[in-house]
Amino acid sequence: MIAFVIRRLIGALLVLIAVSFITYLIFVKIPGGDPAFRIAGRTATAQNIEDIRQKLKLDAPFYEQYWAMMKSLFSGSLVSYSSQLNVVDQIKAGIPATFSLCIGAAIIWLFFGILVGIISAVTAGRWSDRVITVLALIGISLPVFWLGLMARYFFAQGHPFAFMPDGGYVPFTANPWQWFTHLLMPWWVLAVLFIGFYGRVLRSNILDTINEDYVRTAKAKGLAYKRVMVKHVLRNSLIPIVTLFGLDFAAVIGGSAILTETVFDLKGVGWYAAQAVQDLDLPPIMGVTIYATFFIVLFSVVVDLTYAWLDPRIRPT
Amino acid sequence: MATESTTDFTLDTAAALAAAEDEGAIEGKSPWYLAWRRLRRNYVALAFLLLFFVIVAACLCAPLYKDHIAHTGPNTGHLGETFTRDGKQVAVVSKGGFGQNGEFHAGGIPVGPQFWHAGGKYVLGADNQGRDVAVRLLYGGLNSLAVGIGSAIICTFFAMLFALLAGYYGGKTDWIISRFFDLIWAFPVLLLAIALGTALSINGFHHFGINIKSGSLWIPTLVISYVLIPYVGRPLRGQILSLREKEFIEAATSQGASSWRVMLSELLPNIASTVLVFFTLIIANNILTEAGLSFLGAGVQPPSASWGTMIADGQSRIATAPWLAIIPGIMIVLTVLSLNVFGDGLRDALDPRAKVRMEH
Repeated sequence: MIAFVIRRLIGALLVLIAVSFITYLIFVKIPGGDPAFRIAGRTATAQNIEDIRQKLKLDAPFYEQYWAMMKSLFSGSLVSYSSQLNVVDQIKAGIPATFSLCIGAAIIWLFFGILVGIISAVTAGRWSDRVITVLALIGISLPVFWLGLMARYFFAQGHPFAFMPDGGYVPFTANPWQWFTHLLMPWWVLAVLFIGFYGRVLRSNILDTINEDYVRTAKAKGLAYKRVMVKHVLRNSLIPIVTLFGLDFAAVIGGSAILTETVFDLKGVGWYAAQAVQDLDLPPIMGVTIYATFFIVLFSVVVDLTYAWLDPRIRPT
Repeated sequence: MATESTTDFTLDTAAALAAAEDEGAIEGKSPWYLAWRRLRRNYVALAFLLLFFVIVAACLCAPLYKDHIAHTGPNTGHLGETFTRDGKQVAVVSKGGFGQNGEFHAGGIPVGPQFWHAGGKYVLGADNQGRDVAVRLLYGGLNSLAVGIGSAIICTFFAMLFALLAGYYGGKTDWIISRFFDLIWAFPVLLLAIALGTALSINGFHHFGINIKSGSLWIPTLVISYVLIPYVGRPLRGQILSLREKEFIEAATSQGASSWRVMLSELLPNIASTVLVFFTLIIANNILTEAGLSFLGAGVQPPSASWGTMIADGQSRIATAPWLAIIPGIMIVLTVLSLNVFGDGLRDALDPRAKVRMEH
């Protein structure tokens, strides 16, 4: 078990290095032309460009350039080109908003996803199942940013059915109630897609499990219907959901909520990345990508361990 | 839980008995024919497939609509111009100022949907540059569908190729391909797509003898297909790994079939149904991804329209001209929904287990 954890962690480190290197290549090498010129922006002077060339060691081989950037990122001294703000500080500043959004949305989508999945599996073929299937399919077909825009347009202040505050983020420490009401819409908008998706996955898992021999055995033993459903069917059907949830949650925490954050003006990490992309500001993108990859890699290790704990047949070797 | 397939069983038996009486032998039916028979009965899935084709056909008619109905191009602005509506002159984008009673009108508000009151002009209104929304919607649909379908083809093709190579050869080939999948997998998908889309939209791509201009539709197409390869490739690889050990592969190899022959005519037909379902669902997914990328400015580049860029344009006008964001959004939802529903029906028809799942 310990060997497995160590091996996974070394693998994770290698992935992080590879990812940061690829991100660097994407931004410096792919566009072509003079990177210093591009990084300096439209209003740059010759001196600016020369400074950037010096700072990034653009005349040096690219592995040295890469090394210089990684060193400044991990020592926390990396600054953005366009705003001159410290990247690590900016990411830290975005974390409360991103975490508030993602944790709240994750609770909603996990709870309702499982609920919807159970209801539609237990009533499979009946009208409630049909309605849920239709709603779930619509849910996974909605572009999240459009849903956010529509939610704002219809429910936010100053609009037809005004009962929600319109975008923005209020820190929990400043005003818990305002924090809650400002996040209510983004939570649901972000969760809708996952509710539909998890509901459908769980439904088919449950219906597969119901046909297993051990479920028939449990029924034949004379166990109560509820007990068979919860202890035998649901427990086993939830295992794949654990994997899905771990990976989705990591992705969302790591900046995949970029669209929701942008639409609702939540100044989180994803929003920061979106701003940086628009300015072609390399250091923040590097920072956010490494931050995001860290979560994805971390959670995939966590998922593997949880999986082994839930299902003894797949103990890591 | 009534999961036994009693109804279908009796139906099939009756049909088989009838056939046996007529010809004295039971006719063999291919799995594709059986799947088609199941799909044929799924009217909902077929209706949504029809909806998808209607949307595609409508978008393909964009040039006709432009020339014969709207008489204006997708990128032609009509700021400061007027058109005739029921005999009256109406400004395409309102001028603003003070009305007859001294009330103030904010300017710059584009005209709303006219339906057929303006003789085919501004059927769905105009945007803030005075461009005809209906024309842009159709041309934007062409771009969105081209990117979505194109990237799905490229993505499925390479995922299939890599999965075949990795699953068939195993060993080092499998190791390299699996690590390649892992690496893309470890990236945050949307962030990687945005980073690539933005980096490529600056100067285009001019490496390895490939020249793609910035603003080309190839950029979002290739970016989306690249980032989604492992999502299709991984499950396919797993399937091939287990098929590889089956007896029919051994039989083919012992008859002297080359590795390409085994891959293309033994393995490929066995994963074809999975590929087909993936392909349908991946188109839907890619249309959504393209919309997200374009919304953030990393997909289809202006002035070209796509449903995503149209929503992005409409975002700032949501209070005064909500149709600018609502209409392209509805188009995305309809297209993606039609593909998802059909893909779902297709999976139920092709997956034999689906019979157990759906029967009640």
